[in-house]
Formats: sequence, structure tokens, C-alpha cells
Amino acid sequence: MSKQPKVIVVGGGLAGLMATIKVAEAGVPVELFSIVPVKRSHSVCAQGGINAAKNLKGEGDSCWQHFDDTIYGGDFLANQPLVRGMCEAAPGVIDLLDRMGVMFNRTPEGLLDFRRFGGTLYHRTAFAGATTGQQLLYALDEQVRRFESENKVTKFEGWTFLSAVLDDGEVSRGICAMNLKTMEIKTFPADAAIFCTGGVGAIFGHSTNSVVCTGSAQSALFQQGAYYANGEFIQVHPTAIPGEDKCRLMSESARGEGGRVWVPKQVGDKRHARDIPERERFYFLEEWYPKYGNLVPRDVATRAIHKVVFEMKMGLPGEPAVYLDVTHIPRETLDRKLEGILEIYEKFLGVDPRVEPMKVFPAMHYTMGGLWVDNQNQATNIPGIYAAGECDYQYHGANRLGANSLVSCIYGGSLAGPAAVKYSRNLEQGADSAPPAVFERERVRQQDITDALLNAHQGTENPLTIWRELGDVMTENVTVIRYNAALQKTLTKIDELSDRFKRINMQDRTQWANQTLNFVRELGNMLILARCITMGALARNETRGAHYKPEFPNRDDANWLKTTKASYKCGTITLEYEPVDTSLIPPRERKYTAAK
Amino acid sequence: MAGSTFIVKIKRQQRPDENVRWEEFELRHRPHLNIITCLRDIAEKPFTRDGRESTPVSYEANCLEEVCGACAMVINGRPRQACSALVDELEKPIRLEPLTKFPLVRDLHVDRTKMFNDLKKTHCWIPIDGTHDLGPGPRMAPEKQEVGYPLSRCITCGNCLEICPKVNQHTEFVGAAIISQVRLFNMHPTGAMHASERLEALMGPGGIEDCDNAQNCVKVCPKGIPLTESIAAVNGQVLLHAVKSWFRGSS
Repeated sequence: MSKQPKVIVVGGGLAGLMATIKVAEAGVPVELFSIVPVKRSHSVCAQGGINAAKNLKGEGDSCWQHFDDTIYGGDFLANQPLVRGMCEAAPGVIDLLDRMGVMFNRTPEGLLDFRRFGGTLYHRTAFAGATTGQQLLYALDEQVRRFESENKVTKFEGWTFLSAVLDDGEVSRGICAMNLKTMEIKTFPADAAIFCTGGVGAIFGHSTNSVVCTGSAQSALFQQGAYYANGEFIQVHPTAIPGEDKCRLMSESARGEGGRVWVPKQVGDKRHARDIPERERFYFLEEWYPKYGNLVPRDVATRAIHKVVFEMKMGLPGEPAVYLDVTHIPRETLDRKLEGILEIYEKFLGVDPRVEPMKVFPAMHYTMGGLWVDNQNQATNIPGIYAAGECDYQYHGANRLGANSLVSCIYGGSLAGPAAVKYSRNLEQGADSAPPAVFERERVRQQDITDALLNAHQGTENPLTIWRELGDVMTENVTVIRYNAALQKTLTKIDELSDRFKRINMQDRTQWANQTLNFVRELGNMLILARCITMGALARNETRGAHYKPEFPNRDDANWLKTTKASYKCGTITLEYEPVDTSLIPPRERKYTAAK
Repeated sequence: MAGSTFIVKIKRQQRPDENVRWEEFELRHRPHLNIITCLRDIAEKPFTRDGRESTPVSYEANCLEEVCGACAMVINGRPRQACSALVDELEKPIRLEPLTKFPLVRDLHVDRTKMFNDLKKTHCWIPIDGTHDLGPGPRMAPEKQEVGYPLSRCITCGNCLEICPKVNQHTEFVGAAIISQVRLFNMHPTGAMHASERLEALMGPGGIEDCDNAQNCVKVCPKGIPLTESIAAVNGQVLLHAVKSWFRGSS
């Protein structure tokens, strides 16, 4: 190794930016690829806060307690040593963000303020109003911009990842990407590539995710031999505002600050929410879970809302929804701590939630599963390819606790960066020594896929229609409640959609800023990942965290305390399993009706 | 109103060097529609009102909840985010045009790289020594955080540049968003140590002197950022900095 190594980062959300910073700090040049300008990445949507056991409220909180809450909240499916590492690093992560200038809320003493969040009894969540993700992303974006101005980072914004360039030994030598303006397809050599491409919300049609969260990059890598792990674990957030284009999140922080969830006791009560007296309201979470109340973990709250609305038929008249009520909280507190989310409700529904209780319903929110990575380095099974952030499968097990995603993104990125640097420096034969034919082969393969799409004139199927149908069937059958018969039907539907996909009508065959072309390529990848997720759900005959099967209502550690690993070969998906590292906290029953 | 429809007129341009054309689409009304759903409806049935086959409209969008800044465009003559522009609250027919102060890519899609470059020129970051553990950041009074936080919610949408008469082909004016960011970084205890770099970047051509005080910026900011206050505050800092430099130079 004589040449300077080079690292590519794909995705510029929190994990990608943190990885970029770490690689640049190590003195290795970084090329950062992102579909959108990185400042517009999906991390901006995170609202409530970031967890770290700083114990600034004198409650006796500790990193071990954070670790235990996270493992318990994830129903013991997470590999424990990495989670412990994350929880121990979390207070330092907060300090770093604080030094970067994040405008965290403060106490009168000028210290960081902390709020409560789901799945814990401690004030452990640092926050910047109710736009914490945006504030954190901006802080990292600014640091990366500083490195960019020093020519240590080169950004490729407006490029989409198509595939990894693998040599004959299946070692990654770089990436193949498409310029979304010129539609040029090009390969970029790199000794290591770190993928931080977020969640898969678009597979479910309406989710709280951003438009770019399609899982397309993960799917492309999966098709090239990367394992995809625990795909069946999909978090449905209990409180979102349903919408035609997306479901907008109403952060758990609303409940962390005292918000209460209720429905009228009398079915079909048509009175105005404000006219329903306290004694005629059913605060079902508080009643069913007296210790945690409105702050039970998300899978628990989501199932409770489903039960109230669909089994007990006690939802609000005329729509599947429940009230999320913050009207009893002083206006000044709401504006100081929750303005960002209340503003969303007000703008999109034209109703002031400081006066009227909000109407909310669960929506697909977070992807616990993802690219399989090892238990130390965020390394996938393809040499030279790393993954971090929502697109990897670690840290959250079967259910993620609120405010743990931001910390896992930053922690994962800060492991992946140095690991990629070390790998690159130790490579005997760097990407530069890979034969040019390896790159040309991949470029031609990708160009052929695009050309075939642009030249197909016989298509009749609309890509958006296929996407809508995929989202509908996935949301109906592969979110809150899962029945094997319905999962089987979902696979049949995915077969049908995949077949129709072959007859896609491109609508736009131009070679300039053709968004349809990019969407169609993503859609093809979404269909494959949808199958992987559904197969994982069908196989796992138990209930664990967010994965709920009424036919198998209990957790089954004897048979299912294991990680699902899906692999793809010649169009066929195979599932295998590996043990979970539970070496630190022995699995115990998870129930939120009492304190742990 | 089941079955009712409405008209959306869109300014189309396939490439920056091609002719502009207006197209009209007739869309089905549903409750709570926004401009994003309109553009998706068109993509699903890309036929104009008079039945001609067209193409899906190019536009930028990501979060759809007005925190990413991507989907800014000119809607009924006013720059705003497409996601939070609700059909029921808009005068019909609805007119959609791209932002005009940035290079056009296609249709409603423009290139706002200028804003990110200007953030670079003005050193809008806190220069930390490194990401290794150096303990907590500086303490900050809640009152200060309450001034800083609203400034840090800027989504770089460019609406304030679009509406500003001084942002045009003849100037390099950075615009209100960037000036407000300079104020944010200059008020942070660590950022303040490097305030002079940012102020000097705002002293040349395209800097704060280009501001004509039209005060349009603050009216179109989707985040309600007090942009004119920021301009006044930074203007004061620049003047003070100029005076100080002058004294230093003459001593």
C-alpha cells in the first residue's frame, strides 16, 4: 500500500455525515454521495430528541440503565455488546454536538435540559425544541462544509447510487452512480464505501419517512450478495397525522411533555372534544399501563390504539383515530418545547393543537432491520462495504426506543468511519490496482438496465400505480398485526406487481433530469426488498417487539431468539439465522404493565 | 364535494435552453390535498386538460413536512413550500412556477447550490478542535438559546432570496438567510471567537451592504425567522468591526 486510500460515503444524513467527519479527520479523502443536498436529508424529520444517560436531573440514571432499557425495549433481539458501547458513548456524543453549537434547550443554570421519552422512567432525552434531528443534522452538515472548504471532502449531491463495483473476488472496489441531472452513469473507485442510506418507508407507501427513503441502495447491495437482517422488524409509530402524500409524525415528545392519549368513553360520541368532561374520557394507555402510562414503547402504544379502534370500535366518530391531547399544558411551555411539531399540525390541518386535541393514528415509521453488519465495525459481509444508521440492523432489536435513533446513527457513523479507514490502509491491493475492466463491466451493466427501460415503448403499467398498490398491501398486512395467510397473499401480490413491473410505461424517455427513470429504478429495488421483509415476517412464528402475530402471541426464545439473515441469489431469497449475543443481560419477560 | 375538480397551471421547461410552455391539468378534489399530491396525481395520469399526453413534472421534494427546504417554488405568484401549500386554501386556478433567482434544471426544479456555497464563504460553522472527547460545550443562558434556536431552524429554501429585489443577475448578494446564519454563529460562545472571519466575508461585494431594506424576506420565511432583525444585528456588528479595524490600522 503506497497510495493514499480513498473512502466513499453514500448518504448524507446523520450517520453519513458523522462517518464523513471521522474519515476526513483521519486524513483520508472522502467522496460523499447523496440524492438530495445533504442538508435536506431525512434526519431533519427526527423531532423529539437524543438519548444519553447524563443524569443531570439527579435521578440516578446510568449508562447501564440506558443499555438495559434499550435491550428490554428491543425485546432482547439486539446484539448486546454494541448496544452497551452505544449507551456508554452517548453522553460524549451529546457533549460533541453541544460543542458543535446545537441549540439544545437549557435549564436556568445554563445546562442541557432533558425530557422523558417512551420506554424509560428517566429524563434522558436532550432536545432542541421539537426539531432535534434537524438541529443535529445541521451541526454535522456545517462541520462537513468546513472540511469541504479545506478540500478534504468532495460532495456529489444529486447523484444516486446504483450498485457496488465488485471485483472477481467479490471485493468492493468502488461504486456505480447516476447523475440525476445529466443521467450520466459513472463508476467511482474507492477502497471502502460506507452506506448510510436510511430506512425503507417508501415500500409501505404512506409512512413518516421522506421521499428518498426507499431502501433502494440496501436492496441493490442485497442483490449483489450483502446479507439483509431482521427485515421483518418494522416500527409503526403510534401517533402520526394521516395524509394523502405522507403521514406526518407527531413526536413522542408531545407525550414526554405530558400529552395524553384518549377516546370518548361513549362509542360514537359526537360532541366536540372540549365538551367531553374528564370522567367521560377513556385514557386507555394510562389505565392499562399505570407505571409507564402514555410513555410505553411504540409497539405497545400502537397495538393499544389498534385494539381501541378496531377491536373495541371506540375510535373517533367517522375516522380511525384517537386524540393526542396537549391542551392542558401551558401555552408558553408548548411554544418553548414543542413548537416545531405543533406548527406542523396547525399548518397541515388548519387546527391549533394548543386549543383542540390532535387526531392521530399509527403509521410506519422506522426500519429496525437492515444491512447485516458485524458486531464490531459496521462491516457488511462484502469486504470493503460498511453500513451505519437506519440502514443497518444493529442496536434496536425488535423495537427501537424513541430518541435512540439519533444516537445510534451518530455512534454507528463514528465506528464505520475509522473502520473503513483502517481497512483501506491495510489493503494490500487498493482500488487503484483493480483492473479497469471491473469498473467498465459494472458501468455497462447499469447502462444496459437504464437503456432497456428508456427504449421499452410497449409498457402499459404506471410506476406510481404499482408503487401505491405495493404500499397498500404492505401497510395492510406487514405492519401492526401479521397473519400468515395475509403474509402469503402479500407475497403473491408482490409476484403480480413484479410481473407488471416488467411492462412498465416509462412516460418520460428524456435524458435530462428524468425523475421517472430514477423512480422506476428505485421501484424495482423496492419490490425485491418488500419480498425479503415479508418472507422474514412469514417465517418468524412468534410475537416479539414490533412483530406481532395473534396466531403466535408469545415470545418464543427457544426457537426464535435469533437474527434473520436473508440472502439473494439468482432471483431467489433464502433465509438463515444466527444467534443473538445476549452475553450481558439474560433475556427476561418484557411487560410494561409494571416497572421493570 | 365529491367529484369536483380544479385546475393547476404549470410552467414547464424541459431543459434550461428550451422553450417555456404552460400546461393545464384538471385534477380531482379531495380533502387535505397539497401541491405535492397534485404533482403525484399528474405523474400517475400525465395528460393535460385538453387530453394531450405529457410527462411527469420535475420538482424537488423530500420531507413533505416543511423541514427539509426542498420543495420551494412559486405558487400563485408567491415563493413557498409545495408541501405546506394546501389546495383548499389556494385561489384557483393554481399557478406553479419555478423559483426565478436560481438556475433552472427542469420544470419546477432549480439548482440552489449558490446558497450552500455562500454558507461556505461566510464560514457558517463552529470551528471545533476535533471530535475526540473534550467534555461539555459552553454553558448558555436559556434566553440566549431562545434567540439562537429560531435562527437555527432556517431550511435554506431560498424563498427570502426569491422575493428580494437585490438578488438578481447584477449582484452577488448572499441574501437574508445567509446573513441570519452569520448572526447565529457569531452569538455562540465558541463561534464568537471567529466572528471577524464571517463579518469580513460580508463586507465585500455581495455582502450586507447590498441589502436595500425592502423587508420582503421576513414575509415569505416559512419558519418565521426574524430575518430583518438578523440583518440589523449583523449590520451593527459589521460597522463595529469596520471601526475597530480602522483604529487597529491607524495605531
